[in-house]
Amino acid sequence: MESVFGLVGKDFAIVAADSSAVHSILVHKTNEDKIMLLDSHKLMGASGETGDRAQFTEYIQKNVALYQFRNGIPLTTAAAANFTRGELATALRKNPYMVNIIMAGYDKDVGPSLYFIDYIASLHKLDKAAFGYGSYFALSMMDRHYRNDMTVEEAIDLVDKIIMEIRSRLVVAPPNFVIKIVDKDGAREYAWRESIKDAPVPAA
Amino acid sequence: MMKIDFSGLAASAPLCGNTDELNNEISTGQKFELPIADDFDGFQREAVQMVKPAKGTTTLAFIFKEGVMVAADSRASMGGYISSQSVKKIIEINPYMLGTMAGGAADCQFWHRNLGIKCRLHELANKRRISVTGASKLLANILYSYRGMGLSVGTMIAGWDETGPGLYYVDSEGGRLKGTRFSVGSGSPYAYGVLDSGYRFDMSVEEGAELARRAIYHATFRDGASGGVASVYHVGPNGWKKLSGDDVGELHYMYYPVEPASVEQEMTEVSGS
Repeated sequence: MESVFGLVGKDFAIVAADSSAVHSILVHKTNEDKIMLLDSHKLMGASGETGDRAQFTEYIQKNVALYQFRNGIPLTTAAAANFTRGELATALRKNPYMVNIIMAGYDKDVGPSLYFIDYIASLHKLDKAAFGYGSYFALSMMDRHYRNDMTVEEAIDLVDKIIMEIRSRLVVAPPNFVIKIVDKDGAREYAWRESIKDAPVPAA
Repeated sequence: MMKIDFSGLAASAPLCGNTDELNNEISTGQKFELPIADDFDGFQREAVQMVKPAKGTTTLAFIFKEGVMVAADSRASMGGYISSQSVKKIIEINPYMLGTMAGGAADCQFWHRNLGIKCRLHELANKRRISVTGASKLLANILYSYRGMGLSVGTMIAGWDETGPGLYYVDSEGGRLKGTRFSVGSGSPYAYGVLDSGYRFDMSVEEGAELARRAIYHATFRDGASGGVASVYHVGPNGWKKLSGDDVGELHYMYYPVEPASVEQEMTEVSGS
């Protein structure tokens, strides 16, 4: 079961997700990137059915880009989150997308923000959120240690603690995680936490 | 006169026998056939599950220094019955791209053929070959649009394009993964074991072929739904080439030749007095 979690700090937001692509008992891939960059200042971590996850997040990413092309200015994080939720809601009673999403973004006027969107299209603006079996550990640890003026180092420290806990307590624990951050300088990959490395392929 | 349709409630034979042709044309009430099943809500789910065959096969592919190695078994099974030992599970999409078959044979063959057509159209329209990334994305999008409708396809698209060797796993749930080593099918865990432990990036073509062949053999040994012939293909910069097709029964005796059993006590003829 895929774990995604995120939290908002002083002037940044962090999202972490596991990176295993699993089919029943087989792990096909241990370095699958499940956090998509929507645009320069937004990211979206998603968990759920493989096909739905990849296709739906790409669909949202392209629509966010389209808005910017058409209107010359990017969407705000709130608008992107509400758009995503709207798409999930419209499809819900016909052909539902089984994807859970944590969307994080930085807007100049509002600062960092985090949105929790689950597969039945509920939307919440939160300081901390988590999905998957890992959420059982992540949520309580974040409740205990979170403060809303955390620095990047403190937040990464908390994220690492959560990853350690998931690795040690979850029976089907994913070995590798990816952490991405968004702040005034943009959305980017922060780090990978790998305990299993796929055989490296030298770049062609 | 409205006709109330009771066929959904009755578990067995329909209530009315011969319907009156005349009445049918006159009646204005809308009715639709309900499936004759006890569990009406689960009926559709069961139908999809029935159509979805278990992927009884072993296929594998991996990228290494010399390109992509693709291998598969050739058994088709229907439950406990082996329907064929000579199924072509490596499908030649075009001279530089291969697809593997796992799941429904018809689904895989049809959609790979369809993909080949789309790749050729791309070549004609754009005056350049399609990339492996593009081809796998085309297939993944098509399969995604049919999700939930009972297609069963677990395929790997392997090829060599401008960026070098490429390997993608695509399935009928709409998943698409880029990677360097994949195995698909009921025998895949067995194949993964042998493949992962023997894999090195800098193998030669012969070593890679031997690894692929061995992995398929070990999977067919343990998995009842895999068997027949282990085919090995290599995709290089000039396209694909079939390297070997060995019967796994013969491979078994090649890898594990029969030792003449040591005899402890030998019965000797008692010479007649």
